[in-house]
Amino acid sequence: MMSKKYLVYMAHVNVNFRRAELESLADLCGLDIDFSTYNEESPFFVVDLPDDTQASKWIKRSVLSKAIYEYWGEGKNLEELHESIKSQPFHEHYKQLYRQDSFKFEFETYRGSAKANRVEQIETFVYLGFQGKIDMKKPDQIYAIVEEYKPVSDNVGSTVPEKMFFGRLVQRSDRHAMEVYDLKKRPYKGTTSFEAELSLASANIAQVKPGSIMYDPFAGTGSFLSAGGHYGALVIGSDIDGRMIRGKGAAHNISSNFKYYGDSIQFLDVLTMDFTHNALRSNLKIDTILCDPPYGIREGIKVLGAKDPEKYIGKEEVEIHGKKSYLHRDYIPAKKPYSLDNLLDDLLQYASEGLAIGGRLAFWMPTANDENVETVIPLHSCLELKYNCVQEFHKWSRRLLVYENKGPDFKGEDNTGIKRAVSNFRDRYFANFNK
Amino acid sequence: MKLLTSNFLKCSVKACDNSNENFPLRYDANCQLQQDESIDCNPEFLINILERVDWNALVQVASDLGNKSLPPQKPELSPGDDLTDDDLAIIRDMHSLLIQTSIVEGQMSCRNCGHVYYIKNGIPNLLLPPHLA
Repeated sequence: MMSKKYLVYMAHVNVNFRRAELESLADLCGLDIDFSTYNEESPFFVVDLPDDTQASKWIKRSVLSKAIYEYWGEGKNLEELHESIKSQPFHEHYKQLYRQDSFKFEFETYRGSAKANRVEQIETFVYLGFQGKIDMKKPDQIYAIVEEYKPVSDNVGSTVPEKMFFGRLVQRSDRHAMEVYDLKKRPYKGTTSFEAELSLASANIAQVKPGSIMYDPFAGTGSFLSAGGHYGALVIGSDIDGRMIRGKGAAHNISSNFKYYGDSIQFLDVLTMDFTHNALRSNLKIDTILCDPPYGIREGIKVLGAKDPEKYIGKEEVEIHGKKSYLHRDYIPAKKPYSLDNLLDDLLQYASEGLAIGGRLAFWMPTANDENVETVIPLHSCLELKYNCVQEFHKWSRRLLVYENKGPDFKGEDNTGIKRAVSNFRDRYFANFNK
Repeated sequence: MKLLTSNFLKCSVKACDNSNENFPLRYDANCQLQQDESIDCNPEFLINILERVDWNALVQVASDLGNKSLPPQKPELSPGDDLTDDDLAIIRDMHSLLIQTSIVEGQMSCRNCGHVYYIKNGIPNLLLPPHLA
């Protein structure tokens, strides 16, 4: 198969999530990409792909990448870069292809900024022989010099790059969606709202597809619903806490967020519902489950039922105005505390039954950093663990766990029912992780 | 709550899962409906959704709410990639019914156990009292 060399330029943030996002999006496009040269430490990834169309399709949705370029060459400095460009087998071919196109040059810098005269630098590319006119607004082609610097120290940057790439822009990523979905600008949000960058990246790693159904069983203020809607899924959410999903009036609720983003058609509904007493019909195949379960920092974990059942004996017979009290419109049912272990067991079990085969479950799980015990990842015999991406904070971390539903024949490792959490995360959090 | 959602909701009571009567729920004829014309139609999206619709349940719920005009069989789109005028008419009707129509206030009940669920401000409440949880 014919292939071409490309340069992926990534954002150097959330590096633990980058490869998972690139792999998941490649899989979604049906691309088989060789990651053997992928380096976690570097924002660059040079890769072979069939053509520009595939390259574009792959990176278009990426949040943790910045852009993908047709690779022309690389070097330690400008001279080496030119030598490299001239020595490439595709050099003459590329020059001919874009000779008459209008163009402009761009500079991208990683960890530094140049003192060099950019105009003079651009003039050194004169041997490429571009005949088209320079167009800064709508050029046919954009050429980029991407530079990597190594800071002298933590406080002192470098002004001389130690690596330079040259390429033709094929596709910018979806990174600008971070600004659009920024919580600061969101009409309705709350204390549990999830930041835009990682909620969008989660939706990519969970492979949310256009026209599919995505469900968030712990919807809260709808952060993940917004991310799923952005990628074209019909999204449905539920939460046991009706106040969260109701919001504060018609201009400040989950539905108004979708209106604000112009994604109203993607939003189905939010239901006041206990996930563990689920009212979604069981033969409805869900393509993606994406959520941030309540792990008890801001919201204690609650499910339906009486904490003290004896107190409720016979209560179902109580009548008000000739009608059973529990059938009144303003009846508020009792809730009882539940453990994170049990909730996650239920979530995995639900995913194994409700997800289409090949569909993904992705959720966030917190862990304390200082425990001298291994973090136990929940496992279910029908679900294959695809990713375990960690985001570190000072004294705790949270991880995005991603599973694919393989069905009952998968017979994978299963740890349902065992006690995983060593101590209550909420208690540890409020004690600032001191024992 | 969009009419499409009625096609996804069963009774929350686990014991009712053993009955065939827990889906769809029975909708009160006095449910207050609303039509939101501002949601634009996306044919491709709607075709995907239509595939997931349980048609018998939709006919039943529409009938509960006073719309007895739905055909007994799910309308079929013409084969091939191009949408005919007839296809587009079906898609527009379905968009209007499933996506633009919602229940703002009202109640629904399980045809098996009879438990009543309320819809308030467009949001259905599927929580259960302790003796049913």
